Amino acid sequence: MFEIFGIPSTALFGQLLIGLINGSFYALLSLGLAVIFGMLNIINFSHGAQYMMGAFTAYLILKYSGLGYWPALIVAPIIVGFTGIIVERLFLQRLYKLDHLYGLLLTFGLALIFEGVARNYFGSAGLPYTVPDSLRGGQNLGFMFLPNYRAWVIAASLVICIGTWFVIERTRLGAYLRAATENPTLVRAFGINVPRMITLTYGFGVALAAFAGVMAAPIYNVSPQMGSELIIVVFAVVVIGGMGSILGAIVTGFGLGVIEGLTKVFFPEASNTVIFVIMAIVLLVRPAGLFGRRA
Amino acid sequence: MRKTLGLAAFAAVLACGAASAQQVNVKIGVLSDMSSLYADIGGPGSVAAAKMAIADFTKDNPNVKVEMIIGDHQNKPDIGSQIANQWYDVDKVDMIVDVPNSGVALAVSQVANQKNKVFIVSGAAASDLTGPKCNANTIHWTYDTWMLANGTGTAIVKTGGNTWFFLTSDYAFGHALERDTMAAVEKAGGKVLGKVRHPLNTNDFSSFLLQAQSSKAKVIGLANAGGDTINSIKQAAEFGIVKGGQSLAGLLVFASDVAALGLPTAQGLVLTETWYWDMNDTNRAWTKRWQQERQGKWPTMIHAGVYAGVLHYLKAAVALKGNVSDGKTVVAQMKSMPTDDPLFGKGTIRPDGRKIHPAYLLEVKKPEESKHPGDFYKVRATIPTEEAFRPLKEGSCPLVSG
Amino acid sequence: MEHVADPLVKKPSVLRSQSETIGFVIMTAALVIAPFVTYPLFLMQAMCFALFACAFNLLIGYVGLLSFGHALYFGWASYLSAYSAKAWGFPPELAILTGTATAAVCGLVAGSLAIRRQGIYFAMITLALAQMMYFFALQAKFTGGEDGIQAVPRGVLFGIINLKNEMSMYAVVLIIFLAGFMFIYRIIHSPFGEVLKAIRENEARAISLGYKTDRYKLVAFVLSATLAGVAGATKAIVLQLASLTDVNWPMSGEVVLMTLVGGLGTIFGPVVGAFAILVMQFKLAPIGEWVLVIQGAIFVSCVLLFRRGVIGEIANKLHIRL
Repeated sequence: MFEIFGIPSTALFGQLLIGLINGSFYALLSLGLAVIFGMLNIINFSHGAQYMMGAFTAYLILKYSGLGYWPALIVAPIIVGFTGIIVERLFLQRLYKLDHLYGLLLTFGLALIFEGVARNYFGSAGLPYTVPDSLRGGQNLGFMFLPNYRAWVIAASLVICIGTWFVIERTRLGAYLRAATENPTLVRAFGINVPRMITLTYGFGVALAAFAGVMAAPIYNVSPQMGSELIIVVFAVVVIGGMGSILGAIVTGFGLGVIEGLTKVFFPEASNTVIFVIMAIVLLVRPAGLFGRRA
Repeated sequence: MRKTLGLAAFAAVLACGAASAQQVNVKIGVLSDMSSLYADIGGPGSVAAAKMAIADFTKDNPNVKVEMIIGDHQNKPDIGSQIANQWYDVDKVDMIVDVPNSGVALAVSQVANQKNKVFIVSGAAASDLTGPKCNANTIHWTYDTWMLANGTGTAIVKTGGNTWFFLTSDYAFGHALERDTMAAVEKAGGKVLGKVRHPLNTNDFSSFLLQAQSSKAKVIGLANAGGDTINSIKQAAEFGIVKGGQSLAGLLVFASDVAALGLPTAQGLVLTETWYWDMNDTNRAWTKRWQQERQGKWPTMIHAGVYAGVLHYLKAAVALKGNVSDGKTVVAQMKSMPTDDPLFGKGTIRPDGRKIHPAYLLEVKKPEESKHPGDFYKVRATIPTEEAFRPLKEGSCPLVSG
Repeated sequence: MEHVADPLVKKPSVLRSQSETIGFVIMTAALVIAPFVTYPLFLMQAMCFALFACAFNLLIGYVGLLSFGHALYFGWASYLSAYSAKAWGFPPELAILTGTATAAVCGLVAGSLAIRRQGIYFAMITLALAQMMYFFALQAKFTGGEDGIQAVPRGVLFGIINLKNEMSMYAVVLIIFLAGFMFIYRIIHSPFGEVLKAIRENEARAISLGYKTDRYKLVAFVLSATLAGVAGATKAIVLQLASLTDVNWPMSGEVVLMTLVGGLGTIFGPVVGAFAILVMQFKLAPIGEWVLVIQGAIFVSCVLLFRRGVIGEIANKLHIRL
């Protein structure tokens, strides 16, 4: 164990690690928000609630069917993504012609409903969800102790984020998506079912949130308000990164997580607010966001 | 002369008859955390305990009618204060009981004082309730932070845990517990190496635990309760803190927490409580009745305190012949009557509102030592009443002169 | 360019301001009689929230700016009002002024940052700034964190009116509410107000006409924040408590809900909405957790079906302005 700037290395690397983990969640969630906003021009306020629903679905799957973490990682996002598709078909479709703010208000209302229902049935204390046995324990790296599960979280998020970026930026499906964002009528004229693409895109974004929720369940405890606490930070991340680019969302998410972790070491009182302060600075200096294109 | 005597005797008989048939009507409000992190240590269990107290008392005193309402303060002082205002002003509640969460309890205590009604605290812990913030309308039953600090803190330092780091819940209770424990640790010869505060109802303790780990203190004092304590202990296990040689001191742990953690995780934890369900036959019998309403759960000392507090209040109400509208009078009556209930035995309430009784130093059993469900603790020591609570003169309570 | 509130008055009636005057008279009469029939503490609380909602409505209904973090001004005014009354011994009038000034300063700083972006970004920035100030409130010593600032003295107004008397307090709150309400009314029906509405309808056109729209928006923002501050500061004295609930995001959401239900862009809408939501919360308190669900459901149905809100629908049907 050695010291850097007077802080023991265990503390520093430990907090950096936690920062990377938080950053993974920020990246996953802001990625989902960016994908949804890109296609639908709607800010999905219920993103946090859908993240929470992913965690709860995993908990319920375990409770009622005995299926553990690994199946839940796949099943929960599908289930929650499906509810997202229903939401899009029933509600969001009617709002496309109106001001974007109505979409924000509607998804805010949905978030309240989801959180309220969860609180009613489960109470607002946290529910336990254990780390899967295969990922228990950790590695003693000498300068710090690295729990296996947390390493998995970082790795999995990176894979999903880069995978999503790849699909959107480098494949034909992604090309259709990007084209439909820019000019839906023209793309429709080419015979591509744009409304269905929009619906599926929303479902995918929601599934991303739920996936993050399942990953969060073992470490953050499953509670109804886990989403609402997180979503506002993610909003700040998104404002900083700019909604323009997928890559921007990923980089900003991880980067801000690390900065937050560092702040916890050197200036712990500010750790809650540092992301918002950065947002204020970015707004003053570069209003479109770090990676954004001028609206 | 004989006629006058006869008339007087007749009148006396009438008067006695009237007194024994005096109708006593009171309304009690159980205000607790019904759905959040304290729901298991108080919550619906407190409601069940209050119901039992009412049933037991009215069985022996059929002239007493008790109405009970329930409220959820959601751990927010403004909601608690609003409900208290509402209950005392509009709903004609005479006495509020329980209130886990010291911030809410302090607020409700103020309201009770303003409206001159009665408030019996069982759930909250802040010793300030009988200290600087005491008033003539509030009685503090069950336990407080001073008792916990001096029970657990002193005991741990005496067994070698002399360097401490505190993980504190950032509100009135946490601050009070941290302050009282720090004082106890230092008085016993220990040293406090540092502290960190976390918000109430925190999900992720990793960064706080990391700081505790790097402090290298022998003991990490958990100055929190309920769900927060459970999460800290679980996540400490994840980060290998106990394996690394540090030990955890749960400064406020309840039977329900131990049940949620499970003996394998909780074994060895040293804690102080004032009531344990498995200590004697009376407690066991009471618990069996309580469990009819709360299946699968274990009663905590808070539930016992609600039961005992309600009983004593009803006794005072009868002694006052049902004139319960002046809170200060009722509380004075409760202080003047010695207490006697099946759960806490005989005891008294001091002028500062502090109910005193013995405390017990408990240790969580290893899984192999547990013989039946709910067999959580072995009793390490009994702290006699005179030593268990803060001395009356040291509290800075304005009601105590000198 | 789309705007949030549809134009309400299709055929402006010649007697348009008469309906508003009648409405004002009815509202005032109701509020004067009410404390003799209902619990005054509840009514005072409702009036504070009604003022808060009116202040919020100024921005969304008449400028088209959705501020999703309005709790910042309400809550921090509440804290400073409570703290100055309790720790510095300020009489209630100075305490409320202190709170209001705090809100104005916060509004200036937040507004100048948020105005840099439009539409959704504006909303997200206001939310993020409010959350930052929530965390600040959580940690600052003087706010009392989770416990809040309790036992705030009601005090004696101007040295003569003892506010411990419920009816005196009620009268003071009523006057503050009516004054705030009339102030907002004057803003809306002034030349300044007309420019604001022009910005809401078509900002580009307003710019092309030579108006420095950013400046107008900022002034409107600060006014809205200041009035929200009046509401918060008064509430702290009435309830004698300032807590984290006042600065947290659900509070911001609630004021949006109140205005939406009552009617965006109407002058009485927020008042009706505030009372309606508070009554609902009150009645549903025994089934506590369902309140959140019901509020969400009301949000959803208002956005989908009921965009004009209660007052808005009435005004539309009767072709009057409310």
